[in-house]
Amino acid sequence: MTPSLDGILQQLECAEALEGLQTASVALRDHYNVAHIVYHWVSSSGQQYGCGTYSPEWVARYVEQAYLRVDPVVAGCYQKFHPVDWKRLDWSSKASRAFQKEAIEYGVGNQGFSIPIRGPNGQFALFTVNNDCSDEDWANFTETHRQHLIILSHAFNQKALELEPGRTPLAAQALSPREIDAMTLIAVGYSRAQVAVTLSISENTLRVYIESARHKLGALNTTHAVAKAIARGVIVV
Amino acid sequence: MIRYLYANQLHQFPKLARSMFLDRADQFKERLGWEVAVDRAGEERDDYDDQNPLYVIWEKPCGGHGGSMRLLPTVGRTMVNDHFIHLTDGVRIESPLIWECTRFCLARDTAPGTAAALMLAGGEVLRGFGVEHFVGVFDARMVRIYRHIGASPDILGSQGEGRDRISVGLWNFSPEAQARVAARAGISPDMSRMWFEHAFGQEPRLRKNRAA
Repeated sequence: MTPSLDGILQQLECAEALEGLQTASVALRDHYNVAHIVYHWVSSSGQQYGCGTYSPEWVARYVEQAYLRVDPVVAGCYQKFHPVDWKRLDWSSKASRAFQKEAIEYGVGNQGFSIPIRGPNGQFALFTVNNDCSDEDWANFTETHRQHLIILSHAFNQKALELEPGRTPLAAQALSPREIDAMTLIAVGYSRAQVAVTLSISENTLRVYIESARHKLGALNTTHAVAKAIARGVIVV
Repeated sequence: MIRYLYANQLHQFPKLARSMFLDRADQFKERLGWEVAVDRAGEERDDYDDQNPLYVIWEKPCGGHGGSMRLLPTVGRTMVNDHFIHLTDGVRIESPLIWECTRFCLARDTAPGTAAALMLAGGEVLRGFGVEHFVGVFDARMVRIYRHIGASPDILGSQGEGRDRISVGLWNFSPEAQARVAARAGISPDMSRMWFEHAFGQEPRLRKNRAA
C-alpha cells in the first residue's frame, strides 16, 4: 500500500534531521508513482543541500560537472515564484541538449515540473517532480496534483529552514482570532455558508481565511487543518 | 499586448519599464496624492519592487506602458500584511496559493479596455499557475472600474473617505467572470492565452496561422 499524503506530511513535520527530507521524497515518489522527487536548496549563506531519489551516480556527476550552471531548470526557476513545466524551458543550446541527454541516460525522466521557493534572506529552493511519460499524461498529472505539490514544496522548505545549522527556528505563525473563529465553526460542523454568515464575511473571504490557516498549520487540506488545530489545542470544540 | 515580466527582466524593455514607473508616479502621487516615493528620474518605486515581483503590463502599440499591476506571493513580504493588516480583520494572509496584486495603474491616455485586459491577464495567472486568489490594495476610483469590467472584488476592509479611500479586496477565478472580462477587454480568450503562453515559454499556438 502506498503511504497517504497526510501521513507523509506528518512524518516530514516531525523530522528532526535532514534524513527526514530524504525519507519523505522516497515516500512521495511511491505515492505518486513517478520516477523522481527532488528537493534542492541553496541557503542564505550559499550552502547547497539536495535530497531526493536521483541516483547517487547522477548526483555525483551533476556536482562534479558543475551542471548547476548549465541546467535550464535552475536558470529558468531562479528568482521566480511560479511553477515551471520543463517543456516550457529553453533547451535549445547545445550544452542544454547534451545535459538533457546525459540526464536521461542516468535515469532522469523526460518530464519535469519544478516549483521555485523563495525563502527569507535570499534562501532559494526548488522542488521537482520528474517522470517518464507522454506530454498528455504529464499535463493531466500536473493539472491534477499541482496544488498539493505546491503545498508539499513549502512543507519541504519549512523543514529545511528549521534544520538549517545555526538558525533559531521561527516561531510557528500564530492564527489570528478571526482564523480561530472560522476553524472552530468548521470543526463543529457548520457549512461554509453558515460560517460566513455567522462571521459576517463573504464566502470568498472565508475561503482566504481558511487557506491562510491551512498554510500556517502546515496542513494539506481543510479537514487536515481542523484536525491539527484541535490536536495542538489551537481551537477547542 | 499583455507582457508578463519579472523585475529582473524589465531591462529588456527599457521604454516599457520607464513609462510604467512614470505612470505610477502620475497615478499614485499626482492624481491620488498617496504618500509614495518618486525618485529624481520621476519614477515611483517602493520596497516591493525590490522583491523581484512579476509585473503584468499592457503594452501600447508604440511600446509604451498602458497599464500594469504587480504580483507577489503572500508567503514572502507583502504590502497587505506589512501595512494593511487592520483591514483584514487582523488575519495575516499567507499561502503559496494566494498572491498579492498591488499598484494597479492605468496610463492617462490608455485605450478603453486596458483595465479589463489586465484583469483577464490576472485570470490567466490564476488558472495557469494553480493560484486560488489574489488579494490586493486599491483606491476608490478602481471600485467603479472593477464593477464596470465585471470583476468586482470582495472587499475585506477599507480606510479613508471619498477619493482617499483605500481598500483591500479579493479576487478569484471563475470561467464565467473570465468570459465577461474578455468581452469587456475586446480580446479573445485565445489571444489572451497565447500572450500568457508566449511569456512563460510555450510555443505560441497561433504561429502556424502566420506567414512563415
